[in-house]
Amino acid sequence: MFVAWIKSVVIDKENSDKSKKRLVLGCGALVYDLLSLIKQNPLLSDKVNLQCLPASWHNTPQLIAPGIEEYLSENAHLYEDVYIAYADCGTGGSLDRVIEKYGAKRIEGAHCYEFFAGKDVFEKLSEEELGTFYLTDYLVKNFNRIMIKGLGLDKNPELFEVYFEHYKKLVYLAQTENEQWQKDAQKYAKDFGFDYEYRFVGTGNLDSVFEDIDIETLEIKR
Amino acid sequence: MSEEDDFDLNELDDKELVEQIQDDLYDGLDAEVTEGTEILLSRGWDANDVLGEALVAGMKIVGVDFRDGILFVPEVLKCAGAMKGGMGILRPILAESAEDTSLGKFVIGTVKGDIHDIGKNLVAMMCEGAGFEVINLGINNPVENYLEAIDEHEPVIVGMSALLTTTMPYMGVVVEEMEKRGLRKDVHIMCGGAPLNQEFADSIGVPAYGRDAARSSEMAEEYVRGLDKKRGHR
Repeated sequence: MFVAWIKSVVIDKENSDKSKKRLVLGCGALVYDLLSLIKQNPLLSDKVNLQCLPASWHNTPQLIAPGIEEYLSENAHLYEDVYIAYADCGTGGSLDRVIEKYGAKRIEGAHCYEFFAGKDVFEKLSEEELGTFYLTDYLVKNFNRIMIKGLGLDKNPELFEVYFEHYKKLVYLAQTENEQWQKDAQKYAKDFGFDYEYRFVGTGNLDSVFEDIDIETLEIKR
Repeated sequence: MSEEDDFDLNELDDKELVEQIQDDLYDGLDAEVTEGTEILLSRGWDANDVLGEALVAGMKIVGVDFRDGILFVPEVLKCAGAMKGGMGILRPILAESAEDTSLGKFVIGTVKGDIHDIGKNLVAMMCEGAGFEVINLGINNPVENYLEAIDEHEPVIVGMSALLTTTMPYMGVVVEEMEKRGLRKDVHIMCGGAPLNQEFADSIGVPAYGRDAARSSEMAEEYVRGLDKKRGHR
């Protein structure tokens, strides 16, 4: 059962009529960014119910579409509309099939790196160095859990070559400006033997999950 | 393994030893798989039988459990590492064998724009275990690399791999070029990679989509055996 792993992020304290709300069902790795956007526009909290799926699915994308389908099958009917705060995220179109089934929408792009950086910037980075490994705020903060333990490198460091043989560079696509995280990311790049680049990109196109929501003071800062 | 569980592989009979090698392979125990392989050979087993009954059969169990979500990538990579240990012993023996048991050549590579090769390398290893002579083109292959490899090696199968939704459409470019050059009648095409599915394979005209390494090697073998059967009936 995937539902047991779903984190509920309650932003509508009175739990008012869901039928007038948008369900934003997102990746747990985006929860702080989504909450920060809502904080900038508090009126959104009356219009949106945010639910997040496990961020650890970053390493097991085959779980994403079935997990979302299971949640939507039980909850989608309670809401006026549904927005999935994921890109394709390695689901190879299976997420899109679920989205189509429920008449929902998702963020455009192949993955969060693309919608955070923007398509053009991401393409340019990939062209400059195909072997680029990307980190976001979430991945920097949770590097040991998601990248080291998640890939089994803590127990099997010999797998490093298998995973990263072809990578040469680490680009930290930052959502917030945080000196400690920049230092951490730089250290991870050094530990892995990669070149390092820092780019502050903010939350990019993540705010599309709030598109067409009718509130008076919607001024999302990018 | 605790000291109490430690035992001498030489004490096992052939059937038990084959099962033990499969268990050790599942647990990613490189040294134990290598030792078990050597013991079977020392008992007079044919290298092809050791490969098929112990190693490939063991990796098929791994493949099924990976597909079913029981094993994840790190565990599968450990298993693959253990299989490599056994393969290291068997490869030179198989190469020197007078009997030609090769199923033919299998050219495999990750497509242009994509540097991911974990799955592709697993397929290559399983296909080698199944009896193919594998030509591994590596990563980031433009169409020219596939065409050159076809010219040079005259493979029975070409396999393409991609991990990214942004790179998988490039497979269609390779298929189209092979079509233009009239190569498709002689070369079977397979594709695979996490974001792919049969629907995508159909859309680019690839007849065989391998959902995982074990299934891909089975499909490749089935294709060649099917060809042999057809030829036999002529």
